[in-house]
Amino acid sequence: MSTPVLQVDGLAVHLRGEGGLARILDDVALTVPRGGTLGVVGESGCGKSTLLRAILGILPRGAETPSGAILFEGRDILSDDGASARGRIGFVPQDPYLSLNPVFRAGDQILEIMRRHAPGSRRDHRDRLIELFRAVQLPDPEGALRKYPHQFSGGQRQRLLIAAALSCDPALVVADEPTTALDVTTQREILALLRALVADRGLSLLFVTHDFGVLAAICADVAVLYAGRVAEAGPTRAVLDAPRHPYTRMLLACHPDRATDLAGIPGTVPAATAQPQGCRFHPRCPIVQPGCAAQAPPMVALGAGRGVACPWHEVALA
Amino acid sequence: MTALRLLLRDRVAAFGGLIVLFALVVAIFAPWIAPYPDDAFESHIMQRLRPPSAEFPFGTDNLGRDILSRVILGTRNALLVAVAVVVAAMAIGVPIGLAAGWREGWLSETLMRVTDVFLAVPQLILALALGQLIAPGIGAAMVALALTYWPFFARTVFAETRRLRSALFVDALAGIGASPTRILLLHVLPNAAPAVLVRATIGMGFTILTAAILGFLGVGAAPPSPDWGLAVSEARQHLPEAWWFPTFPGLAILLLVLGFNLLGDGLRDAADPRLRRSRR
Repeated sequence: MSTPVLQVDGLAVHLRGEGGLARILDDVALTVPRGGTLGVVGESGCGKSTLLRAILGILPRGAETPSGAILFEGRDILSDDGASARGRIGFVPQDPYLSLNPVFRAGDQILEIMRRHAPGSRRDHRDRLIELFRAVQLPDPEGALRKYPHQFSGGQRQRLLIAAALSCDPALVVADEPTTALDVTTQREILALLRALVADRGLSLLFVTHDFGVLAAICADVAVLYAGRVAEAGPTRAVLDAPRHPYTRMLLACHPDRATDLAGIPGTVPAATAQPQGCRFHPRCPIVQPGCAAQAPPMVALGAGRGVACPWHEVALA
Repeated sequence: MTALRLLLRDRVAAFGGLIVLFALVVAIFAPWIAPYPDDAFESHIMQRLRPPSAEFPFGTDNLGRDILSRVILGTRNALLVAVAVVVAAMAIGVPIGLAAGWREGWLSETLMRVTDVFLAVPQLILALALGQLIAPGIGAAMVALALTYWPFFARTVFAETRRLRSALFVDALAGIGASPTRILLLHVLPNAAPAVLVRATIGMGFTILTAAILGFLGVGAAPPSPDWGLAVSEARQHLPEAWWFPTFPGLAILLLVLGFNLLGDGLRDAADPRLRRSRR
């Protein structure tokens, strides 16, 4: 086994704000194997974006990482001397509209990143970018270099950003719900493109989404995040077919395609400033046990790469 | 440079631009264009209040001075006042807008509330008060105008900075270690530039008009300065007989303000892609 491309270990992210200390992520562990595709799913506010920001080094002001490590190709990128390794992480953002500065040419902005992170002359960078524009099926690749961000459509802009993410020959591509801002048909095309690129170039992918359909389409493995902790992890098919954590089970039962009647989960995701003690899901859990509020449940290994953070995972839901 | 081409294709805006350009040329070459350049300060009582003729195309005023010459010589003052006021207002308003938009909390709140206070003060009243406080004159008028116009720039820049502060490209810049000053000046401010430019252009016209009103009320330019507003004011006593006396300086004000406003409107249309689309 080679070292995984990305290994997140016991990561905690706290944000000091007006409402007090928010423990946005707590003891999060994830692994993206070389050539692997890991999806991170969860409801809004569960810490998905914060996880990405910690990996990319763009946490908001006031955020701190009191414990844990993010190993990228074996180097801790949370440490000062490891931060430079981030140049080989490509990022596809969620919102293609304000990811590029509207007043500069899109091509120039990507070329500037390449000048910083990729070897070669300006001419090489230009040729490489045009080639990438062709690979992401952007119409008129040469002409696209001279255009401003607003001259592209939403789908085109997302292709442009995928090209930007690939521009510095990354080992890992991190994508933050890259299709939520797009209509379904465009969404389908972008997903197909991303899947093809990842397969062709042997990239590793960390994909964040709240959509199980998108997840199943693109990720081999999944980690389900709830209130800043990993609730369940494992191969996507296995987890979707037979979820074990009460949260995952209920969440999947909510999916309109699967549910016989729409169940929903009573209660809401707790505010990050007021996380419950113990298992963070226990106030909403239908099979809550007396010990659940006392201490956070450890990950139980289930074999075949699966794990669930609930000792009561075999109890049937009421 | 598509914006420039769009502007030129917009005939009304191009007309406004032409007026402004014409005024600029007149202002620069005023002493050489004016038929009687010395009439800015000299008087010739013997030829007072002559109607327009070949000798004096715009007639003469109550002191026998050639009105055409004085209108030409007044252009320089009018433009200088407008440029100085708008530049001063930008120098105050733009940094305040950037700082208030970037920061959160008390600093931002304080800056914007102060901005609101200044926005609430009527320009003319403040100018009149300042004119009484300091010596009445063009200097006091300019200070008053700059003090009442900067909030427009502060608000414009504030809105744009707030919008972009959480943009991903800004986070990325901060992530690779760019300083806030660098981010604001090099990456955020260019986004606000079109709006600021439009504001500045319209502000020029507005300032010229207000300066003329102050001149008319006697707290702007002082005699014998060839100020347009002052000329209209001096002409009041000689109406309706000497109709040419207020008419030509008045027309000059009208034309230049119109020019700046048409140009400003055109710039706004050219700078804003959404408006552009709706017009075509």
